Amino acid sequence: MPTGSVKDYAPGIVTMTEATAPANQRPSLFAASMAGQTGPVMVVVLALITAWYVGTVWMNSDWQIDRFEKHKIEWSMSDLVQATMAQERPILPAPHQVLAEMNKTIFQKKITSKRSLVYHAWVTLSSTLLGFAIGSLMGILLAVGIVHNGTLEKSLMPWVISSQTIPILAIAPMIIVVLGAIGIKGLVPKAFISTYLCFFPITIGMVKGLRSPGVLEMDLMRTYSASRWQTFWMLRWPASMPFLFASLKVAIAISLVGAIVGELPTGAQAGLGARLLAGSYYGQTIQIWSALLTAAFLAALLVVLIGVIERIVLKAMGMNR
Amino acid sequence: MVADEEVTMSNLAETVGQRRSVVEMQGLDLTFQTADGPVFALSEIDLQVDHGEFVSFIGPSGCGKTTLLRVIADLEQPTNGEITINGVSPHEARTARAYGYVFQAPALYPWRTIEKNVTLPLEVMGVSKAERLARAKKYLELVNLTDFEKKYPWQLSGGMQQRASIARALCVDPELLLMDEPFGALDEIVRDHLNEQLLRLWRQTEKTIVFVTHSIPEAVFLSTKIVVMSPRPGRIIDVIDCNFPPDRTLDIRETPEFIEIAHRVREGLRAGHSYDD
Repeated sequence: MPTGSVKDYAPGIVTMTEATAPANQRPSLFAASMAGQTGPVMVVVLALITAWYVGTVWMNSDWQIDRFEKHKIEWSMSDLVQATMAQERPILPAPHQVLAEMNKTIFQKKITSKRSLVYHAWVTLSSTLLGFAIGSLMGILLAVGIVHNGTLEKSLMPWVISSQTIPILAIAPMIIVVLGAIGIKGLVPKAFISTYLCFFPITIGMVKGLRSPGVLEMDLMRTYSASRWQTFWMLRWPASMPFLFASLKVAIAISLVGAIVGELPTGAQAGLGARLLAGSYYGQTIQIWSALLTAAFLAALLVVLIGVIERIVLKAMGMNR
Repeated sequence: MVADEEVTMSNLAETVGQRRSVVEMQGLDLTFQTADGPVFALSEIDLQVDHGEFVSFIGPSGCGKTTLLRVIADLEQPTNGEITINGVSPHEARTARAYGYVFQAPALYPWRTIEKNVTLPLEVMGVSKAERLARAKKYLELVNLTDFEKKYPWQLSGGMQQRASIARALCVDPELLLMDEPFGALDEIVRDHLNEQLLRLWRQTEKTIVFVTHSIPEAVFLSTKIVVMSPRPGRIIDVIDCNFPPDRTLDIRETPEFIEIAHRVREGLRAGHSYDD
């Protein structure tokens, strides 16, 4: 770099370059790890886990101290900390306890066993996916109707919105009972609750997406005197794809919530919801937490999966910049 | 205003030998009803555009030049008056896909390659794939975009995108090309270049072009007829014939003839109070 000549005209710039130069030459290990995203993410995760451990000691210590005193056991601070993390029914289990339970119930049990979390997760997942599929289709069809017909918009939109103001916990048992009374049992009623929850973001997202083409894009189709159907397939539908995937991500996560909620009033034979319910009956907090974490991982997995499909589809459409 | 036969003889339209009108308008009014009361967008428009002509509408913003173009394209409905395109109503002309329309922005669909964007109208019309590809090749060559068929719009510069949108309008081979400030969003260097290309294109394809602009040099350089408009209500102030040799280049802008016509356009705009505060 011709430093001399630049210095004459822009001393400020050169000073800045010189100031940052040493850091560029010898980056410390810390700076290198913090340069990308990995470092900061690790720090946040570590902070959360630390907070969890602190919480574990803090919340379980009262019971532990009572127990020590009842049995007249001499205890030190380190005894207390260790003991709070090894309780059978802690108020807040330690992360490693939950992980051990998950390892036991996910990897060590046969997946056909009623005690396997994989089995329960699959029960929940199957109704999630069925409800999601029906809900997505319903949401898209509703949006198409609403976009193309003003009457439909005025008559349906209030119902679509008010349907979401009813607490799902209140309506879920009714759906199960009503459908059960007409002989529909098992997977379908639970899937229906997922459907009920997940059609909404799809409808809202797709109405926006199908309306996203601008005036020029729409006028262009008019100059070709294109039919409504052609305008739909060649313009509205492809234009709505980014909106569809954004909605699908929200929808699949709440589909899982719907499936879990749907399992609670069924008497809880199987599914992650059943594990939660059984866990709370018997005070098995570790079981509850491992079911919760499994549900969270499952939801994250499903959202990531939609994200992967999104990237593939948008790439094939040339819309990934 | 009646066109002077002596002056227009050098025009390509005459060498073709036909003088049939493509667009005819008489006593055209258009009033938009808005919440603040009626807006008189167009008032008493009489105009005839002949086959092979290059007609420019020029005027300040809000003078109704774009609205007039949209009336021809059947994108707006006149309140009063008569208008025919090739002897039929604008609606029938649109249904028959009698014109190609180039908008202010390229309006290319981002999920379609350049080739697929160009052939979009053909796809709507149900033209076979082989024919579509052949036409895309032909018209992309015409606008100098060969080798860009498989690119997506965002991979092209603004000027190239607008050229692709011109190819899209041309590929249905319409007799009439309607262009609404197609180069308005581009910088002057690109605009000059595209002006020359458009002139060559017009000469080669013998289309009738109706062109909206707010640039005086652009209008004088391209047109055989300049329609000067003024706002509130949008009306025609002057119609100026303008006949430079068909193989003209941008250098012509320094000639006295060019400057004289540009001056007359400016006078027309001033008479229409376009320069008032």
